[in-house]
Amino acid sequence: MRHARVPFLAGLALSLAPLALAQSANMNLPASVTAGSAFSIPTSGSGTGVLYLVGPDQALRRDVQLGSPLSFAAGDLFNAGLYLAVLDAGGSATSGTLAVLPAPTPGRISFLAAPSRVPVGLHNGISGSAYVFDAYRNLITAPVPVSFQLTGLAAPAQNRTVTSSNGLAWTEIDSASKQGAAKFIAQAQGVSVTRVIAEVPGDPCGLTISAHPDGKSLQVETAPVRDCSGNPIPDGTIVTFTENYNGMQSTADVPIKQDVAKIDMPAYNGATISVASGVVAGNEIRWGGR
Amino acid sequence: MKRLLTVSCALALASPLFAQQANVQVQPPDLHGSRQLEKQTGPAVVRDYIESWEKMSAALDQNQPALLNADFVGLAREKLAATIKTQSQIGIHSRYLGASHNLQIVFYSPEGQSIQLIDHVEYDEQVLNQDKVLATQHMKARCVVVLTPAETRWKVRIFQASPE
Repeated sequence: MRHARVPFLAGLALSLAPLALAQSANMNLPASVTAGSAFSIPTSGSGTGVLYLVGPDQALRRDVQLGSPLSFAAGDLFNAGLYLAVLDAGGSATSGTLAVLPAPTPGRISFLAAPSRVPVGLHNGISGSAYVFDAYRNLITAPVPVSFQLTGLAAPAQNRTVTSSNGLAWTEIDSASKQGAAKFIAQAQGVSVTRVIAEVPGDPCGLTISAHPDGKSLQVETAPVRDCSGNPIPDGTIVTFTENYNGMQSTADVPIKQDVAKIDMPAYNGATISVASGVVAGNEIRWGGR
Repeated sequence: MKRLLTVSCALALASPLFAQQANVQVQPPDLHGSRQLEKQTGPAVVRDYIESWEKMSAALDQNQPALLNADFVGLAREKLAATIKTQSQIGIHSRYLGASHNLQIVFYSPEGQSIQLIDHVEYDEQVLNQDKVLATQHMKARCVVVLTPAETRWKVRIFQASPE
């Protein structure tokens, strides 16, 4: 009976040994750390082990002297996210969760401004979306004020300040009334990004023609073609002249040259001549007295 | 009226390990005055995001960065590929099991070039050394996700988790 109990106790002791080791190896994870910052994880137990920090955005492995804190230098763990921490000590493991939060200071802005060319005088014609990142390219999800500024050569600057939400600040802004290159700037705590927007004339406005006899022809000519803000329409923009006479119709597409478009058309007595450019229709004139 | 859509996604998954139906709940968009979603855009974004999650899981389990190519671009792809490279170097792989998603689209850029969604996701994360499971932990995360359109689908450009 006594002989039988010895191997039983010895077996029990052997079977409990790894359990005792597993219970003694432990770590005290901080609830969260800031991305890229130095931190340490206190451990308990004796002997050695291996610590893994694993998340979708980063994985780390460190040898651990149990009972001593495991130190991470600045820049070791730099991607924000949620990590599974595993302390593997002699075949037994303990685990926990570690949150790595973005640093609060902006280090970079990803700024999408659209469109790259926009007609002048368009309400909310320009949009800007700014994603705010820290120095390690983590999206700063805490609110950050972001200022937007649109400046052109011939128009006063337009300013907006938007507080970011989930890392994003966005705005819509009117295009200026004068054509030219405008700078669209997004700025957050000293970090700024500039995009250039080409503000171009809008559609023709108040398109009018006049006609003058020129031998057997009529010289038909537009007044200087401008948009509704007075910007000249670029050379090459097509103006369409249409002449209707006695059931017949003839059309001619003419590019604007030095602000005007002109063409010679047959001088039929009683003909009507009209003008259009794109979706904009101009006036109509009748030639002769019939 | 707010509707809660529950979608069972029986997606063609890359690995039999993940051949389980993802539990996906989709909240109505909360766009705060930006561009309105076209009728087919919301479901397409959700479908592509859920598929990207599954591909991410497979890539991290198999340590195969090529599995990311169809679904991730830019920063998100860079970070995931770097993780896979490190996992291979240190001799581990990781599994993301039983994900339960609760999604809401919160931003659609005015020019239609990016969509942001929030995913309140729960899953079990495992870290394995070869076939040995070192640990399993239940995780609850709030993921900020930005997707941008590619030729035929929406791809994940930013993917960042924080604790719930």
